[in-house]
Amino acid sequence: MLSRVSTYLYLRPKLVLALLLVPPLLWFLVIYIGSLISLLVNSFFSLDSFTGQIVREFTLKTYAKLFETSNLQIFARTTIMAALVTIACAALAFPLSYYMARFATPRMKTFLYIGVTLPLWSSYVVRVYSWKLILAQEGIVSWFARIVQLDGLLDWYLSLPIVGGPSLAISSTGVFLVFVYIWLPYMVIPIQTALERVPKSLIEASSDLGAKPAQTFRNVILPLAFPGVIAGSIFTFSLTLGDFIVPQLFGSSAYTIGRAVLTFQGTSNNIPLAAAFTMGPILIMIVYLLIARKLGAFDAL
Amino acid sequence: MGESAILFKNVSRHFGEVKAVDDVTLEIHDGEFFSMLGPSGSGKTTCLRMIAGFDRPTLGQIFLYGQDVSNLPPYDRSVNTVFQDYALFPHMTVGENIAYGLMIKGLAKDQRKKQVDEMLDLVRLTGFADRKPSQLSGGQRQRVALARALVNHPKVLLLDEPLGALDLKLRQQMQVELKAIQQRVGITFIFVTHDQEEALTMSDRIAVFNLGKIEQVGSPADIYEHPQTSFVAGFVGVSNLIGGEVAKRITGAEDKFSIRPEKIHLSSMDAKADADMYSATGKVRDVVYLGLYTRYLVELDGGGDLVVVEQNLKSTSMDVMKSKGQQTRLMWKKEHISKLGG
Repeated sequence: MLSRVSTYLYLRPKLVLALLLVPPLLWFLVIYIGSLISLLVNSFFSLDSFTGQIVREFTLKTYAKLFETSNLQIFARTTIMAALVTIACAALAFPLSYYMARFATPRMKTFLYIGVTLPLWSSYVVRVYSWKLILAQEGIVSWFARIVQLDGLLDWYLSLPIVGGPSLAISSTGVFLVFVYIWLPYMVIPIQTALERVPKSLIEASSDLGAKPAQTFRNVILPLAFPGVIAGSIFTFSLTLGDFIVPQLFGSSAYTIGRAVLTFQGTSNNIPLAAAFTMGPILIMIVYLLIARKLGAFDAL
Repeated sequence: MGESAILFKNVSRHFGEVKAVDDVTLEIHDGEFFSMLGPSGSGKTTCLRMIAGFDRPTLGQIFLYGQDVSNLPPYDRSVNTVFQDYALFPHMTVGENIAYGLMIKGLAKDQRKKQVDEMLDLVRLTGFADRKPSQLSGGQRQRVALARALVNHPKVLLLDEPLGALDLKLRQQMQVELKAIQQRVGITFIFVTHDQEEALTMSDRIAVFNLGKIEQVGSPADIYEHPQTSFVAGFVGVSNLIGGEVAKRITGAEDKFSIRPEKIHLSSMDAKADADMYSATGKVRDVVYLGLYTRYLVELDGGGDLVVVEQNLKSTSMDVMKSKGQQTRLMWKKEHISKLGG
């Protein structure tokens, strides 16, 4: 029986292809693209502010709302945060990845790989909450600052506008630190992979042609690792743009895109505005990728 | 030959317990096409890497035109390398690749372009400057790698099995071209290969490596005609090795000897050997017809085998097959036998 099935399939390669592709395509088209289309459609509806009902008629009213100053501020705030987190992640991840790819012994490399990915094994929420303990007013950081007598500096820093707040646990600095912590693995892994793929002979060739180590780094290693940096930054940037938990737990009352979406669709049932807000990060990512392409990030792929 | 380009003074390179290069002393002359020949793991590539500066000797010294470079980094040596995998920078065009060394030196853009164009002409890739390495064939990449090294006018050019990845036709064509380019630019070429034919075709001199040591240094003819060790006799070309009883019967001495198959002639049993020839009798056990020539395996009457190769100048496959099983007399000139040391 079984052999008859396999013979039947062997003679019909197109049927096999169809059987293989239909489930993922269904998933992709219906659930993935479908929900995006639903978002897009909803973003062109509006909310009747009197009845609280969604008016299913085409309008650009909802999009116009995005351009109100308070909403533009939300976009700016979130994008700047995402950019800073991305830069910090890249700055931390590059030397580590470089060491892992070029110098670490296989054993050390395994150890570091596990070290980098270990946090991903535990729950996101638990890890984020543990940072509460570190950053809170009576937490580890302020306790340590008191010991080394830098609590004055910490207080001064917290008194600054924008970056400061009542404590590190309720400040944009706190949000920044936690973001860098949770997204770092997503930056390390692609950069490390990209660096690993640079053949040793290219580095030798560069130095053979007279380039000092710094010149080799700038002319050969960095350009070849750049796609990895871009891949990592797509993760860190988009994950930061959409996240609502960290800003909720550590931020001040100032909204980010994620929090705004959560509030509009959850609390105020304004699905059209939430949908329009979601189109924001998608657009920002498209612009980001276009810039990355212009910079030649995908040339070496 | 004049000045020495490269001088190895008792150079060793150890990797842990392994002696990759073991007490090598070697002089390479200015303007020479010098080959390092040997099987993989024989130390030839390590020697090349030490000249380039990618590796440093554990013991001993390396001199480049009289200057001790044993501990100089690669970027401070006037030596350039053509890598086995070509190592072209994938994110740069052919022109940028070739100009890399000049750019590092700080040459102005228009001067770089002029020299790049000259180099592209030299390796017959005129007009390829704006292509990416990924758009080139293996042979073309090879030429780019060569141009990228030569444009810096190094004192010595190192070539690490550069023809290994090419197919036979292209390889033979590149052998001729490399030799022609070397004669044109007059730079010392040091060529690493495991292919004896390649080494014999191109080199002025060859060093045969085995197990981290040099077995023999000499001209291609020297190495082929007068191998000094059984390793060289076996590695370069095909050889009959005789020794002990068999050698004593033929030559009167019990040493080890090597004799090339094509130097031996098959003749009839009643033929008479001249005074300057050795001779032996035996029975043809096997005949392999190979078109251009025929290979015979002859079982000597007093024990031992000899392989004989004869060109099919007049004979056809029918003729040569008839000789199987027949008694024959083998003769060869005394000067064609080499006494082996070691």
